[in-house]
Amino acid sequence: MPQMNMIDAIRDAMDVKMAEDDNVVVFGEDVGYFGGVFRCTHGLQEKYGTSRVFDSPINESGIVGTAIGMAAYGLRPCVEIQFADYIYPAYDQIVSEAARLRYRSAAEFTAPLVVRTPCGGGIFGGQTHSQSPESLFTHISGVKTVIVSNPYDAKGLLISAIEDDDPVIFFEPKRLYNGPFDGHHDRPAKNWSTHPMGDVPEGRYTVPIGKASVVSEGADVTILTYGTMVYVAEAAKEETGVDAEIIDLRSLLPLDIDTIVASVKKTGRCMVLHEATLTSGFGAELAAQVQERCFYHLEVPIERVTGWDTPYPHAQEWDYFPGPARVGAALKSMMEAV
Amino acid sequence: MADYKPLQFHVPEPTGRPGDEPDFTGIEIPAAGSAPRPPIDVDPSEIKELARTMIRVLNTDGVAVGPWAEDIPEDVLMHGLRSMIRTRAFDERMMTLQRQGKTSFYMKCTGEEAIAIAFQQALSKGDMHFPTYRQQGILLAQDYPLVDMINQILSNAKDPLKGRQLPILYSVRDYGFFTVSGNLGTQFVQAVGWAMASAIKGDTNIAAAWIGDGSTAESDFHAALVNASVYQPPVVLNVVNNQWAISSFQGIAGGNSATFAERAHGYGIPALRVDGNDYLAVYAVSRWAIERARRGYGPTLIEWVTYRVAPHSTSDDPSKYRPREESNAWPLGDPILRLKNYLIGRGHWSDERQTQAETEFDEEVRTATKEAESHGTMGSGSSPKEMFECVFKEMPPHLREQRQKMGV
Ligand SMILES: Cc1ncc(C[n+]2csc(CCOP(=O)(O)OP(=O)(O)O)c2C)c(N)n1
Ligand SMILES: [Mg+2]
Repeated sequence: MPQMNMIDAIRDAMDVKMAEDDNVVVFGEDVGYFGGVFRCTHGLQEKYGTSRVFDSPINESGIVGTAIGMAAYGLRPCVEIQFADYIYPAYDQIVSEAARLRYRSAAEFTAPLVVRTPCGGGIFGGQTHSQSPESLFTHISGVKTVIVSNPYDAKGLLISAIEDDDPVIFFEPKRLYNGPFDGHHDRPAKNWSTHPMGDVPEGRYTVPIGKASVVSEGADVTILTYGTMVYVAEAAKEETGVDAEIIDLRSLLPLDIDTIVASVKKTGRCMVLHEATLTSGFGAELAAQVQERCFYHLEVPIERVTGWDTPYPHAQEWDYFPGPARVGAALKSMMEAV
Repeated sequence: MADYKPLQFHVPEPTGRPGDEPDFTGIEIPAAGSAPRPPIDVDPSEIKELARTMIRVLNTDGVAVGPWAEDIPEDVLMHGLRSMIRTRAFDERMMTLQRQGKTSFYMKCTGEEAIAIAFQQALSKGDMHFPTYRQQGILLAQDYPLVDMINQILSNAKDPLKGRQLPILYSVRDYGFFTVSGNLGTQFVQAVGWAMASAIKGDTNIAAAWIGDGSTAESDFHAALVNASVYQPPVVLNVVNNQWAISSFQGIAGGNSATFAERAHGYGIPALRVDGNDYLAVYAVSRWAIERARRGYGPTLIEWVTYRVAPHSTSDDPSKYRPREESNAWPLGDPILRLKNYLIGRGHWSDERQTQAETEFDEEVRTATKEAESHGTMGSGSSPKEMFECVFKEMPPHLREQRQKMGV
């Protein structure tokens, strides 16, 4: 099977869909000739022409707004917002328009589009290249929210997202583009070629939206997480020896609640782990749902480990980032408290 | 049967890509001195042509000609030239620091130095710039300490912004330098608000808004123009057209359909298009627009035509998307060289003095860098405690709790 990093896998997903379906178009800032600042669309313009892969003016609201118009007409736009930190000018188009077209028109008009965007920190990018705004999208009704953690899933989920008849916000943790990252920033970087999820089949396959993945089985604590934090959780599990079950949610909305509930009922402990800020983060929703469904199975309170409630700092990146030390300490305290 | 042909989708293309010869034949360059100079209270509808031509002062012989040629005091010219040389030395050194892993990020303004510097020289104390990341010249033209700039770039223990902000996104209120956002376009309209406040309060301060060609596409650019048009506040709206926005040429921002200066016409705002590599033109036009604003005649939009000689940033490689020789072929030349030749022609300067100045500033920057590095590099020396400060004026309980949890 071909080995791919996450950039190649994402590009391959678009390539597969563009070859198969003339309605798929790709655009965004610098995505055309140059192939994107992270190279995710590299080579696509050459292959499919400027009518299907093109640069957009620097106007995020315009990118999503035009994508909605195209999608309503019958195309399947897969657009890129260069960094999730720059998605806010498009927020109105996403919240008030893409998310509601179907509802307000009784399905006369729909917006089957994908907004791909790199998110998360760990690259010394400061407050404008590091944010994790996923909960701003799960909080509104009418868009699906996906966040990937490896090349295999990235390709399969992006194909599903392009085929989906509803709008999908597709987050790509940029720190994972070239390899898994467990938060040990002082150790040599790993790449995907040695990771099983770097094996990416050729051609079309899908990973369904709304299905979580149990990446590591365990008996004592369930860790609900996604994106970069999947690897941080794995490192913390290994370093503490706590027998944690790590669930990569992959899709935040719709949420695979059955997998979550089954795991928490089994382990009796639940940690919620994300890089985004704590207050009103997606972890709050997870904690509420677990509490509603698993209350009588919980042996200790649900623990949230997240970024702090500050803007993402530059120099203090590793103080901000919820790395394996913080996760490990929380795991241990959950095991000790009874 | 209708005889309509299938429609075709239009995507603008630049005149060259890697492997092509650079081609600037599409850029019309009027003779220096050919553009008229209107009075500052001119009715915008009378100077529409100034948004299409290019105001230029220095001719090919290095002589200042035409109505925009001012009698600029020698010390201003000297300071302008020296500040440009200093800025270039600074940029080179900071680029090296990034390659050495001492900072995460840097952006140069090579080839665009005249714009920020001459404009700054035309401004007064109390005025406020809303700069982009490429107007370091504003600080370098003033006496703001180099060491403080470098401390910010290194995110070290003495970083005035406490390590919180990405390198080069300075904030220096006392020097009329508004905190730079990384989000494009957002501040263009804030400058208009600042100018409106000056008018509401009955002050005489003006604001200078800055934006790149690519970023004029942002909705906030248009929000700035409509507010400036409605309230006529004392603001100068600067568009730095350096031809590129990362890999996208100015046509992707609509530059092939009309000049960026012409954007202002729909709002009834006077607009001037200027050779941004001509220090004398930049200084004269800046003074005109600033005076117009301060006298209460309202906003002016200026398109500074220039070329981004440098890569977009330390994360960029322009050889992947534009002809390699393009910057050498840029027909408006180099702003430093042009001012240098003018001053030599006037007997104020020489090649030896130029070399001396280059050495002097290179040494100044090296010394300042050394001192800054003694306070730490690449975030070392920054305090985790600072991360929680300044989110609010008073730290709310939840942040206090988080800080305690972190143990700082
Ligand atoms: C809202 C927003 N969208 C996208 C970006 C990413 N970005 C940073 S600089 C840049 C290009 C800007 O080009 P231009 O306005 O021409 O300024 P220049 O870099 O040429 O000085 C882009 C797309 C951003 N910082 N903010
Ligand atoms: Mg530009």
